[in-house]
Amino acid sequence: MEKFDFVEMKVPAQAEYVGVVRLSVSGIANRQGFAYEAIEDLKVAISEAITNVVDHAYYQEDNGEVTIGFGVYDDRLEVMVSDHGDSFDLSEIKEGIGPYEGTESVENLSEGGFGLFLIDALMDKVEINNNHGVVVLMTKYLHKAEVGLDDDQISTTQ
Amino acid sequence: MNLNIDVAEGNEKSVVKLSGEIDAYTAPKLKENLLPLTKKEGHQTEINMEDVHYMDSTGLGIFISALKSTNENDSDMRLVDLQDRVLRLFRITGLDELITIDTAIRGGNE
Repeated sequence: MEKFDFVEMKVPAQAEYVGVVRLSVSGIANRQGFAYEAIEDLKVAISEAITNVVDHAYYQEDNGEVTIGFGVYDDRLEVMVSDHGDSFDLSEIKEGIGPYEGTESVENLSEGGFGLFLIDALMDKVEINNNHGVVVLMTKYLHKAEVGLDDDQISTTQ
Repeated sequence: MNLNIDVAEGNEKSVVKLSGEIDAYTAPKLKENLLPLTKKEGHQTEINMEDVHYMDSTGLGIFISALKSTNENDSDMRLVDLQDRVLRLFRITGLDELITIDTAIRGGNE
């Protein structure tokens, strides 16, 4: 089995903790040697996933928790975000996500419609498991991060 | 992990200077400050984003509501001096085609 480190966090499903998790992912990705751009992508993607849980929990009586697991591999970072809460309809969520394409009117634009789209755009792989609560599994590879602006990044994986 | 909102309100034009992070925690405060400005007919609101070093889709959502409000109230809103990372999110989502973003005076103290 492939060797990896696992880091787990559990925070209240409240908006003030989104930034706390963002700092954590920044620290882990920095330790792995991700480039600055890739770390910023990770921060946005993970914040989106947690914000989804927070928004969902807001309408429930007890706010609940969000569990975040980081799988730290030689060549990639896997981040799991789980809400341990009620399931919601995935096909309903997937419907209508995407960039603005100039066809719809401003009035029809949803204010909360870009979260999943951004996760998908900023991560290399995204899987959503809807069986027991909602688990979002996001992967970002290290070597891809080295292409681009930060060419001085030295790879730790060969 | 906070957002400072500094509003210089004038009769015809207001300048909102933001510094910090726009996320699920800080977005409600931004909405509260921004929307009343866009509701004044004919009013111009300039949002200076020079010191916003993090934003996610909750921020995009606030600017979408503000844009809707400017359309309804015949007012005007523009974003100026965005950091590259923040501007990128407007580009990825295509919202840069809808929202007036002034990149010409981008620069400054990075």
